[in-house]
Amino acid sequence: MAETIVEVQHLRKEFNGTVAVADVSFTVQRGEIVGVLGPNGAGKTTTIQVLLGLTSATSGSVTVFGQDLKKHRVEILQRCNFSSAYTGLPSNLKVRENLLIFSKIYQVKSYREKIETVLKLFEIDHLRDKITGHLSSGESTRVNLCKALLNDPELLMLDEPTASLDPDIADKVRKLLRRIQREKGMTMVYTSHNMRDVEEVCDRVLFLHKGRIIAEGTPQQVTQKFRQKSLEDVFIRVARSGDLLGETSE
Amino acid sequence: MNGHRIAALVLRYTYLYTRSVPRVLEMFFWPVMDLLVWGFVSVYLQRVSHQVPSAVTFLLGSMIFWDILYRAQQAVTISFLEDIWARNLLNIFVSPIRVGEFIAATYVVGFVKILITVAVLAVLALALYQWNLFVMGFSLVPLFINLLLMGWAVGMVTTALIMRWGQSAEALAWGIPFLIQPVAAVFYPLSVLPRWVHPISLAIPATHVFEGMRQVLRGEGLSVEHLVWAFSLNIVYLVVAAAFFRYMFDVARDKGLLAKLGTQ
Repeated sequence: MAETIVEVQHLRKEFNGTVAVADVSFTVQRGEIVGVLGPNGAGKTTTIQVLLGLTSATSGSVTVFGQDLKKHRVEILQRCNFSSAYTGLPSNLKVRENLLIFSKIYQVKSYREKIETVLKLFEIDHLRDKITGHLSSGESTRVNLCKALLNDPELLMLDEPTASLDPDIADKVRKLLRRIQREKGMTMVYTSHNMRDVEEVCDRVLFLHKGRIIAEGTPQQVTQKFRQKSLEDVFIRVARSGDLLGETSE
Repeated sequence: MNGHRIAALVLRYTYLYTRSVPRVLEMFFWPVMDLLVWGFVSVYLQRVSHQVPSAVTFLLGSMIFWDILYRAQQAVTISFLEDIWARNLLNIFVSPIRVGEFIAATYVVGFVKILITVAVLAVLALALYQWNLFVMGFSLVPLFINLLLMGWAVGMVTTALIMRWGQSAEALAWGIPFLIQPVAAVFYPLSVLPRWVHPISLAIPATHVFEGMRQVLRGEGLSVEHLVWAFSLNIVYLVVAAAFFRYMFDVARDKGLLAKLGTQ
């Protein structure tokens, strides 16, 4: 029986009375890649922020590795990592220095070897002595991903990891993430507006709309559920008439 | 508290300074400018009036001491801002770093920066005005520590305000210490201030440090009373500042402001 890594029960989050997440419950099993999808304002970013401990839940519970996130935040985060196209690493430090700092923060053993391994994995070992601020956005994104893999996280959270990558590198990154998941059994929670990413990478998707999960299943199941040809079509229909679909698609 | 994580953050800020000439220059530019201006003002006062024979001593001492307080506050606040500017704050707060470890790292960085800055100012004061900071002897240590503690407390409050109100509150990083300056008897003795201001002034640890410094420079030795007041007030303010920081951190987390700050 698969081990539950993330368990979210009746998560609700309000910001000054505005409901960002109304009632969301889901689980993520070890080794799964789960995509959290939805139009802008659906509540996916807030959900991820709660999972990362960046935002506190108004009500509901979040357990990761069987531990309450509120009480065991540090222990949980030691076993997780995160990468986003919207965050950066200090721009005037060399790539190697940035990775060294995060290796030490995550207390990575044999960190020099690990840094070399992740740089080679993303084919950017030639950038190790470059100043991070001098990199292209695609290179920076890959350095961010290197940072995210330094501690061999059991749970990796990725926020639009391919957003600034060209199609060739995006394809390589998607394949690489699948390979890492296969080889290491890494669990991933993945958000993206790129439905091709999601179809290719995710085992299962959670479709959010107005703070609730309106569909859940493999990308194919969700596509069939909404009688559409692709996830992108589902996305567009949900974005334009989500309420109706949520009620009639069952 | 985990020493490895604190050391990692200290390393991050050390790299930052070794990579950036403007940042290194900034460490010295304003303190040296202040030293030059106040030093020459003091020399002038000494020449035109025999009633202020210790002007050089007092003003230079005050200027250097003020810089210790100011730099200690800045180290905490600017370190936080550096992570906002680099869009690295999110990476820090989703890592296993505890808030206390983050603050501790900024203390360490500030302490080292202040030691370097004070060393340079001490050498310049000796070379330009023949004034030796170390004439204060062992009294320098408790006075220095108290300024550091107060700087850290003010730094925590300033950082908490920036965390709550975002980059629009950035100006506080530079402005808040100057709210205290007029009533903290920095460049003039407490007796110069109106009587009704005295209770406010005496509630500020720095007032006791600056009064104590003037006592030492007059050759009267360091008053235990000032020292006890300074330490006691600093302990209270540090506890209050830490609680305020924690409260603001929780508010920022509740309102989703940490994520916003991290991606601005």
